[in-house]
Amino acid sequence: MIRVENLTKYYGKRLAVDNISFNVERGEIVGFLGPNAAGKTTTMRILTGFLAPTRGEVWVAGYDMSKHSLEARQHIGYFPEAMPLYSDMTVRSYLDFSSRLRGLDKNRIKTRIEEVVDICHLEEYIDVLIGKLSKGFRQRVGVAQAIIHEPEVLVLDEPTIGIDPIQVAMTRQLIKELGKERTILLSTHILPEVSVTCERVIIINEGRIVVEDRIENLSSLVSGSRRIRLEVEGPAEKVAERLRQIEGVLQVSYEDSHCIVECSAGQDPRGRIMETIVQGGWTLLSMESIEMSLEDIFLKLTTEEETSQ
Amino acid sequence: MRNTKTIALREFKSYLASPMAYVVTGIFLILTGFFFQSSSSTYSETSISGFLVWGSILLLLLAAVLTMRLLAEEKKMGTLELLLTAPVRDSEVIVGKFLGSLGILTVMLALTFYYPLLLWIFGDPDWGPIATGYLGLFLLGCTSLGVGLFASSLTSNQIVAAVVAGGILCALWFLSMAADLLPEAMGEAIGYLSLYYHFPDFIRGVIDTRGVIYYISITVLFLFLAIRSLESSRWS
Repeated sequence: MIRVENLTKYYGKRLAVDNISFNVERGEIVGFLGPNAAGKTTTMRILTGFLAPTRGEVWVAGYDMSKHSLEARQHIGYFPEAMPLYSDMTVRSYLDFSSRLRGLDKNRIKTRIEEVVDICHLEEYIDVLIGKLSKGFRQRVGVAQAIIHEPEVLVLDEPTIGIDPIQVAMTRQLIKELGKERTILLSTHILPEVSVTCERVIIINEGRIVVEDRIENLSSLVSGSRRIRLEVEGPAEKVAERLRQIEGVLQVSYEDSHCIVECSAGQDPRGRIMETIVQGGWTLLSMESIEMSLEDIFLKLTTEEETSQ
Repeated sequence: MRNTKTIALREFKSYLASPMAYVVTGIFLILTGFFFQSSSSTYSETSISGFLVWGSILLLLLAAVLTMRLLAEEKKMGTLELLLTAPVRDSEVIVGKFLGSLGILTVMLALTFYYPLLLWIFGDPDWGPIATGYLGLFLLGCTSLGVGLFASSLTSNQIVAAVVAGGILCALWFLSMAADLLPEAMGEAIGYLSLYYHFPDFIRGVIDTRGVIYYISITVLFLFLAIRSLESSRWS
């Protein structure tokens, strides 16, 4: 549904997006990750036709954005970063305006507005001026206008920034629901969001794609070590010293009261760790294996990229 | 066509929702009322020429103020992003916004209809020059709005947009005076390009097609430039 080929964008002399290519298939929810200023917003602006690329091609819903921009735009729902809205319009008149601009059939407009207002839980605010709405509700109006014409492709640029946790959860739920029948490209720099909502991630940094893979494959991609967290009653120094002698253990360190044991990949020394502690006459209160979080993966990938330069 | 209408209507309503249009209309009515009254009572003539002569210059400045927000505000607020990613042509955006502001200008001019009405109640005015005078003001208004919209497309700062529009309009208006200083043929050619050059005919009750075509051409030219300027923002 979205095809990007060799996309490059310069702002003057500054390179914002550097020759990236990716695909998003029909019905997929893809997370678009990267630190600030990585080129996420620029890429999305090019995808939605707001900016023209310096080089490269973009197809959306089968239309070449450079040649059939209007048709392509017809199939996209867009939630821009920071969700700019006309503050002098009511929610109803704004949605009416957006649905007309997006070519919704005249007879459908009224019922469709009711539908999206229902989906986004805006019933009570439908006749309130947008300028008077709190950030969370403006965000919902933003989602409402993005889906009003039932687009096949949704491009969402950081839709959960600056709203309270309950609304964040609601928005994520909504995105998941929408993703059942639509293709979604979701940009964010909040990592848990991706693990909750997306099937696949594209990580970009400094305008280049660092990784593009399914979420469950990511940890193996950066595998190196495995970490185990222990809670031990006993003298920290001595415990650490004994643990280091176990085969397969690379490093032992303390984080607050927890002992973190790093071991080489493919090794599982948990049994021996327990034995060692018991033999030492100490008490093992808990032991758990730490999965590599998306944060770790992300940090690892983006910093590795820097050091290799 | 449908998109143009949608944008024009939104723009018109947005004017009505903000104080700007009321302030501009108020100032226009107060000042032109004064011009009308002073020329009619001083020269005891049953014409609206006083209103037309001074109203035309006022219209230039007020059009610059009226149009300054059209694109500059959308750029500043970021709402332009949603407008330009909707399946709408850039030309539809520009023409829609132009028509929206033209709606306000038309209302503004319509509110001055009581000047000739007063003349009709208390005297026997010549309707010809009144009709052509209004046509002239309307055409001049179109041109001013076109220039203003173009200026608004250049910047995200409304004040800058108003100043640029006012500058272009005054330069075009007073071009005929500058032309007087030049050698005859050249002066006449340049004078012809002046916004002022064609206006006195309309006050006198003459419809010169050259004047009509001139105002329409300049309007179209600036709308075209505004479309180009909007297009170029995609390539920034």
